[in-house]
Amino acid sequence: MNSKKISRRNLFKASAIAGGGLMLKLSLPANALEDGATTLVKSSELNFYVKIASDGQITIYAPNPEMGQGIKTTLPMIIAEEMGANWDDVEVVLAPIDPAKFGLQGSGGSMSVTRNFDAMRRMGASAREMLIGAASQLMEVERRDLKAESSQVIHGSGRSMTFGQLASVAAQQPVPVPEQLSFKDPRSYSIIGTSVGSVDNLVIATGLSKFGIDVDVPGMKFASYTRCPRPGGKAISFNRAEIKALPGVVDAFILQPDARSGKASMAFLEGLAELQGGVAIVGDDTWSVFAAKAKLKVNWDESAASADQWSKMVTDARAIAAKGGGEVKLVGASVPEALSDSNNRTIEGFYEFPYVAHVCMEPMNCTVDFRKGTAGKPASMEIWLGSQFPNQVKEIAENMLGVKQENVKVHGLRMGGGFGRRAVHDFAAEAMAISHKSGLPVKLTWTRTDDIHNDYFRVGGFENMKGAVSPDGKLAAWDQHYIGFADSGKPVIGSGLRGNELPMVAFDNASVRQSMMPVATACGAWRAPGSNTNAFVEQSFIHELANLAERDHVEFLTELMGSRRWIDEGNISALNTGRAIDVIKLAAEKAGWGRKMPEGTGLGLAFYFCHAAHVAEVAEVSVDADKNYRVKRVTVAVDVGPIINMSGAINQVQGSIVDGLSTMALQEITMQNGRIEQDNFHQYPVMRIASTPEIDVHFIQSDNKPTGLGEPALPPLAPAVTNAIFAATGERIRSMPLSNAGFKLV
Amino acid sequence: MSKYTLSVNGENLEVDVVPDMPLLWVLRDKLKLTGTKFGCGIAQCGSCTVHIDGVAVRSCVLPVSAVSGPVTTIEGLAPGDDLHPLQSAWIEHDVPQCGYCQAGQIMSAAALLSNNSQPSDDDIDQALAGNYCRCGTYVRIRKAVHTAASFYNADKRNG
Repeated sequence: MNSKKISRRNLFKASAIAGGGLMLKLSLPANALEDGATTLVKSSELNFYVKIASDGQITIYAPNPEMGQGIKTTLPMIIAEEMGANWDDVEVVLAPIDPAKFGLQGSGGSMSVTRNFDAMRRMGASAREMLIGAASQLMEVERRDLKAESSQVIHGSGRSMTFGQLASVAAQQPVPVPEQLSFKDPRSYSIIGTSVGSVDNLVIATGLSKFGIDVDVPGMKFASYTRCPRPGGKAISFNRAEIKALPGVVDAFILQPDARSGKASMAFLEGLAELQGGVAIVGDDTWSVFAAKAKLKVNWDESAASADQWSKMVTDARAIAAKGGGEVKLVGASVPEALSDSNNRTIEGFYEFPYVAHVCMEPMNCTVDFRKGTAGKPASMEIWLGSQFPNQVKEIAENMLGVKQENVKVHGLRMGGGFGRRAVHDFAAEAMAISHKSGLPVKLTWTRTDDIHNDYFRVGGFENMKGAVSPDGKLAAWDQHYIGFADSGKPVIGSGLRGNELPMVAFDNASVRQSMMPVATACGAWRAPGSNTNAFVEQSFIHELANLAERDHVEFLTELMGSRRWIDEGNISALNTGRAIDVIKLAAEKAGWGRKMPEGTGLGLAFYFCHAAHVAEVAEVSVDADKNYRVKRVTVAVDVGPIINMSGAINQVQGSIVDGLSTMALQEITMQNGRIEQDNFHQYPVMRIASTPEIDVHFIQSDNKPTGLGEPALPPLAPAVTNAIFAATGERIRSMPLSNAGFKLV
Repeated sequence: MSKYTLSVNGENLEVDVVPDMPLLWVLRDKLKLTGTKFGCGIAQCGSCTVHIDGVAVRSCVLPVSAVSGPVTTIEGLAPGDDLHPLQSAWIEHDVPQCGYCQAGQIMSAAALLSNNSQPSDDDIDQALAGNYCRCGTYVRIRKAVHTAASFYNADKRNG
């Protein structure tokens, strides 16, 4: 099948039909991986996103970076649906980095679907109208008697023309006015809402997919970089002669810190990509520069280095909690009265959660070819990397090295994980500086230890909780003191309260205060920032209060929601209590809530709202006498509006459950005099396959706008599991990871 | 530097490298076979799994001088343009998310299936215990291995 186009759908069908003995022949033309459109036939561009070849092949550009969240498949599905394309005919190509054509081209905050759904529908509808216009002209019939489906335009009489036949004339049609476009009735969808395999599955399964780390540029050298073990330190000198004499080493030099690289137009990135001082080694292959790195002896200037100490942070936080106070964020009318009312029952708990790392499976890396300016030709740069916001690296090139952004070409590659880490481009700044100084095209690869030590961590923190329930079993007071971290007086990403958490938004007598401690360790966005820790504290403490009131947890939680309403009408980023109640009840029902559980087992519930998503989870856990616990099943109910790709959506939920469990069970980053104490996976493990629970996913496809699912299924997992452990054992866990309390995930 | 002749995916290839260079970097940087991935360098994550004489090994800690048999990587798992049943099953179950670890997962699973054509969940958990998936695709990996085993067995019955 050399000449035959490789279609994922064909492949899927073939594998399903073939059953046993499937041996599909595969021969990918060299350019098929780069650009699905065959170059042998004429291809017509209908808009920036859609090309149709005369043989009927449809190429759709996927605008946003892919890190495993499935967006490279999801957004083109929306275009194909509105066009009336047959998905079998579609080849998806990752769009070049060109914000003028493709907009923000960023992946973060579970925003890609939310932000792009209507834009993608317009692109598809626009292409469809141009195809119908072409058919009307060629078939000499009225537009109103034509419809587009299965990659054809069909007339009421039954006559039809294929998209391929229409393509070149369609490309000459006037571009429709966006306001006049109409969209398909969702009931007639044939692609949206179905299960579509990720468009890159074939190249991934055969080892042909190209990640940033796989980039190979002619003349390219390889580099390692070594920062001061205490962040903020800089290199004074090192054993350069010894390093340069090692096999495969080409050059070695010091880079000084450079704050200019941290200037960023996107506010949340400002300051984060500052070039850290260190030693670069350039060589003939990755191993040579890694082996040389291990032999480095560096004299560091640590006068401005971090002295962060996790153990001291814990002690200080406890002292702050005992003292009270803090910045007042919200005041309930009678919180102290309710807490001291002897008729009420009260409870207090100090919660803590650690710093955690992203540990993307693909360590950070970046390839840069810096070309010096010559007479009449300005300096230029070509950059290859996996990034959640690839266009942003142009700013680093301009700010740090004076290369004008228009002379910087960025190639965004598939990411071996992102989770927020690849929103920050410190590693790209290093690669640029190394290519600039060495004058060579260079691929910088971090070791796993670099990747952990140099992370922008999920910030740790503490919350001191007090609550009261009235004699009739209702919540009477909620007092929350958040003790987090700030850098130069500004809370770091993910530290603090957003202000729209439960129960505060639906309950009047709540007080919230916040105290911030200084931190020098770098912090960043980690899958559902803020939410992934606040959910643990708040949803655990609501369970504590339900137990104190001797109430059923589902009943107590849904009662808190009150009447069915939007908390902030018209704002999809605010909670809808009715939808919350619906997912809670659905998860409970599907999990068999209320059934009698055997000794040593329990069900635990949690609900959380973030990223415009309502998610409830019920964990079923068994615990033995030695505190070995197994999460047998997690039942999930999600409302993110209509689902675009059912298989992708379920995959995101399954992954969020595993990620959440891995993190709460096993993971903790600690600082000792500034140095990160975990060097590799033997000290910072990731959950292995044997601990994987059954995961039962249910969607309520409400009339919400479709919103993203990369993050919101993660936050409820930790409290669902600890609430289940309480149900099974009576032991309340207020600290993550659970391994610190002697609980072992099996 | 020393010269080594390696059998990789059925081809004999000569490389001139230091004896302690791990097979991983010989494959990736010298032979440009980048399907085998770097994850940790200490045999903890399994991203670098290849076969030597059909046995799954972590290529990130195996010096090239210690390679004792024919090497198979993800690129050579199935002969020519064929797909291995595991690769078909991975596509059918839409297993990958980021995809970075999947070559290693498939290589570990392939070593399992060659010895045990009807693995239980426990067998799969044991054979894949050395392979991290940071995205959490474990549920689908298990299913895909079972599906591939059924392809395998049907294949055998059909001769």
